Amino acid sequence: MLQLTHVGKRYPSGYEALKAVSFTLDDGEMAFLTGHSGAGKSTLLRLLALIERPTRGQLIVGGRNLERFPARRIPHYRRELGVVFQDNRLLFDRTVFDNVALPLQVTGTPLAEIPKRVRAALDKVGLLEKERLSPIVLSGGEQQRVGIARAIVHRPSILLADEPTGNLDPDLSLEILELFLDFHAHGTTVLIATHDMNLIKVAKQRVLQLDHGELMLDTGRRE
Amino acid sequence: MIVWARHHRQALAAAVASLLRAPLASLMTIGVIGITLALPAGLHVVLDNLSRLTGGWTQEAGEISVFLKSGTSTATAEKLMERLRRDPEMTRVQHVTPEQALREFRSRPGFGESLKALDTNPLPHLLVVRPAPSLPAERLEQLRQRLAKETAVDQVVLDLAWVRRLQNWLELAGRFAAMLAALLALGVVLIISNTIRLAVANRRDEIAVTKLVGGTNAYIRRPFLYGGALQGLLGGLLAWLLTLAALWALSGPIGELTRLYQSEFSAQGLPVREWLLLVGGGTLLGWLGAFLVSSRHLSAIEPT
Repeated sequence: MLQLTHVGKRYPSGYEALKAVSFTLDDGEMAFLTGHSGAGKSTLLRLLALIERPTRGQLIVGGRNLERFPARRIPHYRRELGVVFQDNRLLFDRTVFDNVALPLQVTGTPLAEIPKRVRAALDKVGLLEKERLSPIVLSGGEQQRVGIARAIVHRPSILLADEPTGNLDPDLSLEILELFLDFHAHGTTVLIATHDMNLIKVAKQRVLQLDHGELMLDTGRRE
Repeated sequence: MIVWARHHRQALAAAVASLLRAPLASLMTIGVIGITLALPAGLHVVLDNLSRLTGGWTQEAGEISVFLKSGTSTATAEKLMERLRRDPEMTRVQHVTPEQALREFRSRPGFGESLKALDTNPLPHLLVVRPAPSLPAERLEQLRQRLAKETAVDQVVLDLAWVRRLQNWLELAGRFAAMLAALLALGVVLIISNTIRLAVANRRDEIAVTKLVGGTNAYIRRPFLYGGALQGLLGGLLAWLLTLAALWALSGPIGELTRLYQSEFSAQGLPVREWLLLVGGGTLLGWLGAFLVSSRHLSAIEPT
């Protein structure tokens, strides 16, 4: 469960990215985080991935209090998350396979098991035949799918995505959405930050709308 | 434990891969380390061989031959010997009578015939004095003068005193080599530190992404530590090869010299203990250099 209570983030410059945001996302729930650019979507995801810390309020993920979470435990916390970025953050000097294998390597997964799980993840995003290529020769949509494969290969309980379709045309965006809906159907908690209204309309899921750092709209849980 | 071993194997593989990715840069670093370590190692080999070479002469080094005036009686010679034996500066005094000396000369080929021509023994009494080993080289000269003042003494000859002085010099050079080695070891640490610092900077993205998917600082640091240790190890091996090559290049002239001196001496490379010190030391210095920078620089890289 993801629980935010009056969460605020003020940067040293004085800029207030988030002001007292409160909502709860149950285990296995799916939601879209939307709003204009600069509304605080990315900041909220960064707080959840412990890339940044909140300056105010309480942030509880899976029973853990993130605002007082010890720094040396952060890697172990992040292993329970899958994070997808708009700029996919792939390593271009490694093959698709090695990019996807990274989350398994850091946890010391048995070497014999890594290929199986990497191929399962690549199969899910439809890139099984491209595992030996460098991500640089792939199209934007394919690169984004490699990023998604990397985010799910270690079977995280929570999947966070920051504008996962930001660079893609509408058809590709819908393909990516299907993937997220599928993970949700398999019980993963999914939170997607996007300003793609078409995506939100098609998905028919809960929407949380941010405006200048404040939560303006919460459609509530949809089933 | 299994996870730990797996991580280490992975880190070693990653370190080897990154050395091979930039072979020229790696070779240059290893070359610099090799040359840096070869300097003190080579100096050590030279000093080691010199002290072995001169070690054989130590027995005779500093012996003093005291020739008594001709016509001195055996009784006087023995009285002087007794007196010298009580002197704390001398460990042993040996009396060689003219008769003994003559016998020894006769036994040598070529001398026998010419000595037969003499009807009297022209040789003087000889006292061979061995000074105490603790006596420093500069005191030998004083001892020689003291002996020369004895009334019965004709001539005092200091044998191979230069060997003692040389050994003092060798000891000094050995200390200098140790100081040089310490300084150059520091140099190796700095070289590796700089190389690893650059490697960390070059792989910012990789480090940030690895942190993002849950890689701990220790996990990320490990390949860099292995990289540093590996370069140190290869540098140490290169240094050893360089000393061997230098020794090989010099083996001709050394052989010539030892033949001239009719010596059994043959130049030797690094003894096993020093070899281990060189290669193990190189590895350790590489690891240390990597450790010093990677801890600090890695924690500065955080995903955004």
